[in-house]
Amino acid sequence: MAVSEMREKGWRNDGRAKVTGGAKFTGDLKFADMLHAVPVYADYIHALLTGINTAEAEKSPGVVRVLTYRDVPGANRFGQIIRDLRIFADDRIRCHGDVVAVVVAETRAQALAAAALVRVEAEPLPALLDPEKAMQPDAILIHESHGSNIINTHRVRSGDTEKGFAAADLILEKTYTTPFIEHAYMEPEVSIALPRPDGTMEVYGSMQHPFSTRRFVAACLGLPLADIEVIGTPLGGGFGGKDDTAAIVCARTALAARLLNRPVKMVYSRQWSIRESYKRHPYKVDYKMGLTREGRITAVDCRIIADGGAYCSVTPWVTWRSTVQCCGPYVVENVHCDTFGVYTNNPVTGAMRGFGSPQMNFVIESMIEEAAEKLGLTGIALRRMNLVRQGSTTITGQKLEGHTVAMEQVLDKVLEEIDYQNKLARCSHGRGNEEELYGIGLAMSYRGVSLGAEGVDFCAAIVNVQADGSVLLEAGVHENGQGAEAAMSLILARELGIDVDKIRYRRSSTSVIPDSGTTVASRGTIMGGGAVALAAQELKQKIAVFAAPELACAPEEISFTSNQIIGRGGRSLPFAEVIRGMFQKQQFPYALGVYRAPQVSWDEETGQGKAYFTWVYGCQAVELTVNRKSGKVRLLNAVACHDVGKAINNTMLLGQYYGGMAMGTGYALHEDLHIDGGRIGHTNLNRYRIPRSTDLCEMRAIVVENHDPVSPTGAKSIGEPSNEIMAPAIANAIHHATGVRYYHLPIRIAGTDVPEEAQKRGQL
Amino acid sequence: MKLTVNGVTHEIDAGLAEMRLLDWLREELGLTGAKAGCEIGACGACTVLVDGRPVKSCTRRLRDVAGKSVLTIEGLTPLDGSLHPLQQAFLDAGAVQCGFCTPGMILAAHALLLRNPAPARAEIRQALQGNLCRCTGYQQIIDAVELAAKSYQK
Repeated sequence: MAVSEMREKGWRNDGRAKVTGGAKFTGDLKFADMLHAVPVYADYIHALLTGINTAEAEKSPGVVRVLTYRDVPGANRFGQIIRDLRIFADDRIRCHGDVVAVVVAETRAQALAAAALVRVEAEPLPALLDPEKAMQPDAILIHESHGSNIINTHRVRSGDTEKGFAAADLILEKTYTTPFIEHAYMEPEVSIALPRPDGTMEVYGSMQHPFSTRRFVAACLGLPLADIEVIGTPLGGGFGGKDDTAAIVCARTALAARLLNRPVKMVYSRQWSIRESYKRHPYKVDYKMGLTREGRITAVDCRIIADGGAYCSVTPWVTWRSTVQCCGPYVVENVHCDTFGVYTNNPVTGAMRGFGSPQMNFVIESMIEEAAEKLGLTGIALRRMNLVRQGSTTITGQKLEGHTVAMEQVLDKVLEEIDYQNKLARCSHGRGNEEELYGIGLAMSYRGVSLGAEGVDFCAAIVNVQADGSVLLEAGVHENGQGAEAAMSLILARELGIDVDKIRYRRSSTSVIPDSGTTVASRGTIMGGGAVALAAQELKQKIAVFAAPELACAPEEISFTSNQIIGRGGRSLPFAEVIRGMFQKQQFPYALGVYRAPQVSWDEETGQGKAYFTWVYGCQAVELTVNRKSGKVRLLNAVACHDVGKAINNTMLLGQYYGGMAMGTGYALHEDLHIDGGRIGHTNLNRYRIPRSTDLCEMRAIVVENHDPVSPTGAKSIGEPSNEIMAPAIANAIHHATGVRYYHLPIRIAGTDVPEEAQKRGQL
Repeated sequence: MKLTVNGVTHEIDAGLAEMRLLDWLREELGLTGAKAGCEIGACGACTVLVDGRPVKSCTRRLRDVAGKSVLTIEGLTPLDGSLHPLQQAFLDAGAVQCGFCTPGMILAAHALLLRNPAPARAEIRQALQGNLCRCTGYQQIIDAVELAAKSYQK
C-alpha cells in the first residue's frame, strides 16, 4: 500500500496484534519462576506512622517477603520536581492512597491473603482537605521540609488592572470549581521486573514515561541509569496518568525482584489504581473580567487555587500552563493572575490530558458567554472583538508570529458546519412548554504546544537501515495507544520515499535511545516526528553523497521516491541496491536525529515571556437537549475544528478528536470520584462513570492544516486541544437550553433548576 | 465438567468449578485477549461469547459455563493468517487505539451482527454500551461495525 493510502486508512504497525488478541500487554506476560507482589494500604488520611508489623504476613503460606521503606537500598523519596513521593510511606501517611508495604508471594492469591495481615500503627493527625485552609499560615504542615503547604505559585502581571477595570462598563466576578478527575485508562497499573545475571534489571510496565520510570527505579535501587532497562510494552491508555505513580509501581516491583533475585509481577486491581494514582487537579478559580459596552475586554483578575493533593508530582507545571493561558485566546492588556498549587491530604494530583487547561477553559469560555449576554451581544461577536490574531501579543507579552494564527478560521468552519447562528435562534432558554429544552453552545481555545518554558524540550530518533534495505526506526516518544509508532513510521516512509512495510519500529528501550522526555503535552508528533524527519534528512544526505557518482549528478540533485533513488534526467537506482553498496563500502546508513524545540523564555516574577514556541487553535460546538423534569442531558451533535498544522495519519488523527471530545463530555456531565474526607467513594468503573457509547452523539471533525514552519514535518498537536474545550461548549449549550448558568463541574441539573431560575430572570 | 473454547473441548477438573472464566482463559489456556479492566463486570474488557452471547468473563465461574461453548478473540481470528472482516473493519475505520478494550469490543459487536446484520448506528451504540473505551469516543468503533455489517449479510 502506498504511504498516501495508509495515511488515509489509519494504518498502525500494531493494528493486527491489537485486533487478534495477539498484543501482549504487561499483564499478559509470564516468566519462569515469577513471584507476585501486591501493595498494602492503611486506612488513614493523615497520620504519623509509628509502626508496621509484618510478622504475621510473613508467616502466611507462600509469602517470600514483605517489603517496607526499611528495605529500600536507594532513595525512598523521589519526584520529578520535589522529591516528596515515597516508594513506601516512611514518616507519615499523607493520603489514603499511600502504600505502606508490598507483599511478595509465590502466587497472587497468597500475596493478597497475606496483605490483610500487615498491621499498621499510626497516630492520626488533622487532615487538611480544603486547599484554602491548608494555605493558612497556622495550618499543620503536610511536608515539614517544604516549609509551607503552598507547593508553588505563578503569576501574570501585565498592564494596569486598576485602570483596566476603571475603563470597564461591565465587571463580572464569579467563582468556578472543577472536580478531581480519574484518567480511567482501561488498563490498570501493572509491572514486571526481571533481574539479569549481570546485575542489571529489565522492567516492563504500564507506564507512559519509560525514562521517568527508569529514574524512579534507579533511585529506589541505588543503581546507575545504565543498570536499568525499561522496555516499551503495549500500554492500555495513559492520558497523562501513567507517569510518576505508575513509575513507582515499577520501582516497587524492581525492588522486590532485586532483593529476591527472581522475576516479580505486580498487577493492580481497578480499586487500587483509583485509590493510588494521581488525578486531574480540582480548581477553584475566582475570576473577574471587565469589559466595555462594545465588548472589549479591559482587564482580568484571577486567583487560581489548585488542589495538589498529598505530593507535588507535576503541580508546578500544570498550574504554569493554567497561568499562561488564564485569559483564553483573547487579547487582554491588563491582567493580574495569582496561581497557587497547594498540598492537602486529598488524593495526589498530576498530569492529565489538558494539563491545567480544561479547568481554565471552562472558566473563561463560560464567562465570555455570560458577559456577552449581559452586554446584549452574541458570544461570537464578543469573541471576534477580542480574539488573538496574526501578530497579536499574548497576556505574557509573546507576539504570535512565525505560524498561522488560525483562531477565526477554526471558528468560521465550526459555525458553518453546525449552522450555529440559525440554531442559536432556536434555543429554548428555559422557555416554552417543551419537555426537552434545546441548546447549542461553543467554546474556543489556543494552546501552547509541547512543554513550553516548563521544561527542556528535545527528542531523538534513530534510523538504522539494514544491509537488505529494510529499516529499523526508534524514536524517543512512547506508544500510549495514540498511534505514535505508526505516525513516526509514516513520516519516515514519506521522507525516504519507501514503502512503510519496509520499516520496523523497534521495541523501545531506555538503553538505546537518548532520554527524550515524556510523551505528554501533545508533543509526540511534533517532537518525535520532528526528530524522525531530521534523522531521515541526515540519512538521505549520506545516501546521496554515496550514490551521486553512480547517478552522475551532484548529491543535492538526488531525490527519494517509489523505493528508488533518483538522479538527474530520470536515472535511478533501487533504494535497496544503493544500501547494499554502502555496506560493501563500509558506509553505514545510520542516523541519529535530534529535534530541539525553539527557544522559549519565562520570567517567574512578572509572568512574562515567550511561553511556547508555537500554538494550536481550536473550536468546538455542541447541540443537546435537557429534560425539563429530570435534568438529563442528551447530546445531539458535536463538531470540532482544530488547526493541527499537518495531518500525518488522518484516521488516527480523527480518533484523537473524538476521544478528546468524549473525555471532555465526561468532565462536563458524568465523572465524579465522590471524595469524602480524603477517601474516594467511587473506586471502580460502575460508580465512576466514564462516557459510554450511549452517552455520546455522532461527532464531526474538521482538520485545518496550516503547516507550521517551526515543526520539521509541519505537524503540531491534537491530543489535548480536542479535550480541553468540550466541557465549556456543553456548559454554554446547557445555558442556552435552560437559561441557567452552572459554575461547577460536573454539571448537575436538578429538574427544578430550570423553571425557577428562568423565572427569576424574567424569562418565563 | 466440559467446556468448549474456540471449538476445542476441554475436560475441567471439578476442583476448578469456582475459578473465574476470565482467569481460567488467561492463566490456564494462555488466551490473554480477554483483559481484566475492573473485575466487576463494569467495563467489558473481558467480554467473550458464551453460546453466541456476550458475557463478562470476570463475572462467571467455570461452573456457570459448564457444557457451553466459548468464543474468544483468538477463536474469531482465522487460522490462515487473514483477519475476520470485523477485525479488518476495526483497522480500516481507525477503531483501535490502545487496544485494551478491542477484543471485548469486537466480540460484543460480533454477537450483535450475528443477531442483526444490518443494525442502525443507534442500535450499535446500544449493543456496545456495556463495553467501555476511553480512547476513541466510540465514533470509529461504530463506523467499523457498520463497515463490517455487509459481510454478515451474505
